[in-house]
Amino acid sequence: MITKRIIPCLDVRDGRVVKGVNFEGLRDVSSPVALAEYYSNCGADELVFYDITASAEGRKLFTDILTETASKVFIPLTVGGGINTVNDFDRVLKCGADKVSVNSGAIRNPQLIYDAARIYGNQCVVLSVDIKRVGGEFRVFARGGRDDTGIEAIGWIKRGVDNGAGEIVVNSIDTDGVKKGFDLEMLSAVCKAVNVPVIASGGAGCIQDFIELFNALPGVDAGLAASIFHFGEVKISELKEKMQEAGIPARLV
Amino acid sequence: MSIPVVIIDYGVGNLFSLKSSFSAIGQTAVVSQNPEEIRQAERIILPGVGAFEDAAKKLNDSGMAALLDERRKAGIPIMGICLGMQLLFDRSFEYGEHKGLGFIHGDVRPISEIVNPELKIPHMGWNALRKAKNHPLLKYVNEGDCVYFVHSYSAVNCEDAVIADCEYSAPITAAVASGNVMGCQFHPEKSGNIGLSILRAFCEIKGDEL
Repeated sequence: MITKRIIPCLDVRDGRVVKGVNFEGLRDVSSPVALAEYYSNCGADELVFYDITASAEGRKLFTDILTETASKVFIPLTVGGGINTVNDFDRVLKCGADKVSVNSGAIRNPQLIYDAARIYGNQCVVLSVDIKRVGGEFRVFARGGRDDTGIEAIGWIKRGVDNGAGEIVVNSIDTDGVKKGFDLEMLSAVCKAVNVPVIASGGAGCIQDFIELFNALPGVDAGLAASIFHFGEVKISELKEKMQEAGIPARLV
Repeated sequence: MSIPVVIIDYGVGNLFSLKSSFSAIGQTAVVSQNPEEIRQAERIILPGVGAFEDAAKKLNDSGMAALLDERRKAGIPIMGICLGMQLLFDRSFEYGEHKGLGFIHGDVRPISEIVNPELKIPHMGWNALRKAKNHPLLKYVNEGDCVYFVHSYSAVNCEDAVIADCEYSAPITAAVASGNVMGCQFHPEKSGNIGLSILRAFCEIKGDEL
């Protein structure tokens, strides 16, 4: 049976890993290549590199780092951030990325998912969605969680899958950075709506949060987190052992 | 002059990680579509992502299919990866019926026909290998080691060739071998140290072992 994946996310700006708490107050952590190698050796099942660079120089630095990482780390690599066109897919896939995650780019141009899926295959297109509760509904937020788009999230995700998104990252703004567990209610709604892999993001504070996630929602395929891994609050090797003890299929290295 | 490993470039997919993974195990791998270079290969990798029909057409139109058959008959170890493995079979039923290279007997059919309908397609993620045979390609692999899969179609009716499978409510063909032709449905270049150990084993295979 397919194991449940544990995915550290590395936010990269100007060649360095940073992590925001509630998307603000970025803190410097480490070298992306060194961190990626470390995580791969610890048993991370996949890595997400998220490019939060704004400048052209920073973007070049990001693709250089991506290339170096992909030549040293042999687990699946997903890249997101600044993906607005099919050319952006091409740019990062050539540097060794396996999957490309779209978020604001798909909100600006929903056709992007369809176009990319036709060229690179559904398995290559990840739809990442930042979701917050507004007036009793799940609402899609854009620009790193700053702008309320007014779009209802579950319908948005369904349309994304219909257009060819092969995987969904659900990032709950409501639980992000709070470290009191994943947003099980929001994730449950997404799992009921689609039959592609669902990655939970936002809210993990300890090992038990991952155990609860996978026990409560068998439809969730992976758990994604950043700072708790970067700062060693959760060690991936230990997390995997605890998952296995709890009867959750996990890949041990 | 011989080249340790040639990765066949026939215009499908990105070969960066595959080439890098051979560097990581200290092997020189050249990405090539040049017949003269391919004839110098001690070992050949047939990669592939995307659709079967398109890839099979590219192999035939470029003359690569005939060249691969020539190298196969010369006893050169050949390994297909992912779609590259599927292309080794007689035929595929991906959007119609299409002829493959026919190096290994069997068909390629949608996973949806095989597994529990509630399961997600593609079969994507890390799954545990179960060895069906002791084959030199898997000499460093232990029962239950996980490797990374991404595929919606699977090789069937090829029991004699299966050297490992995995479980996804039904057995899914994971690795195959017939003489000097081998294939992995999973991605060894994305399967961490286990994957690298399979590439290393492939590079250590000698003709008389097969």
